[in-house]
Amino acid sequence: MTADKATIARQFIEIIPHAKALGMKVSAIEDGVAEIVMPYDDCLIGDPKTGVIHGGAVSTLMDTCSGAAVMSHPDSPAGTATINLRIDYMRAATPGQAITAHAECYHITRNVAFIRAKAFDEDRENPVATAAGAFTVEGK
Amino acid sequence: MARKPPEPVQIVKQRRDAALSALVGGVPYIRYLGIEFERHGDELTAVLPFDEKLIGNPFLPALHGGVTAAFLETAAIITLSWSYLWEDIESGKLDPETLTRGELPRLPKTIDFTVDYLRSGLPRDAYARARVTRSGRRYASVQAEAWQDNRDRPIAQATAHFLMPRQPA
Repeated sequence: MTADKATIARQFIEIIPHAKALGMKVSAIEDGVAEIVMPYDDCLIGDPKTGVIHGGAVSTLMDTCSGAAVMSHPDSPAGTATINLRIDYMRAATPGQAITAHAECYHITRNVAFIRAKAFDEDRENPVATAAGAFTVEGK
Repeated sequence: MARKPPEPVQIVKQRRDAALSALVGGVPYIRYLGIEFERHGDELTAVLPFDEKLIGNPFLPALHGGVTAAFLETAAIITLSWSYLWEDIESGKLDPETLTRGELPRLPKTIDFTVDYLRSGLPRDAYARARVTRSGRRYASVQAEAWQDNRDRPIAQATAHFLMPRQPA
């Protein structure tokens, strides 16, 4: 049952046109926890002087990963949509490195799912950004 | 005392448009999303022309929430940079030609960004405007709003804080 849900969530994420355009790959998904990797690409650059990627690309990754976490939660009936998302930018991501987002749906009610997420480059000790948000719980 | 005659309108427009296009055109991610800016005096409107690659939910279909967030963040940071650079652009201290060569001045850095989704983003063009609500020496607060068909029915709103670049002493 849960494995099916993870498969459905993974398939759903991987057919999202914008997630595909950014090369996002679901590396882990189960029981309200998801991890998605986004490779470095020149088109994501926000600061041409340094090659640091744009915060917006990190936001997109965090939003996608959070949605995946909600969809994979055992108490989530089907789809979801972002109600709100707050992102804190800790530091600039190292140019040339992939970004990995890790999101957890830590509480879910009939109507609202609450998430926390972190984004890393290759340095797993110091997150690039953290996020917190609320998502809708869509009935079947 | 004779007043300085006003500058010819074409010169004023050319200077401002060159500075704006250098500021926006130099950023690969803004080009990738296809975001453009329209200018009326010092007021900027960000425009996001619809494209298939911006879709987040192919069944509805709807714009990706991350795209809407990135669009608002871009509107906020460009509007803030624009107001921060405005005096230097007007005085000629900042030469648009240096900007065009990619020598952009240091821009504000995002500290945090909060977005509220109000309506689903339809598969059509979106617009956004931002307002600098506080601009200090070190920190700035900016609010932004995005809409599509109706200005009175925003699809998303955001509030963001930025760290301002260090001013040369």
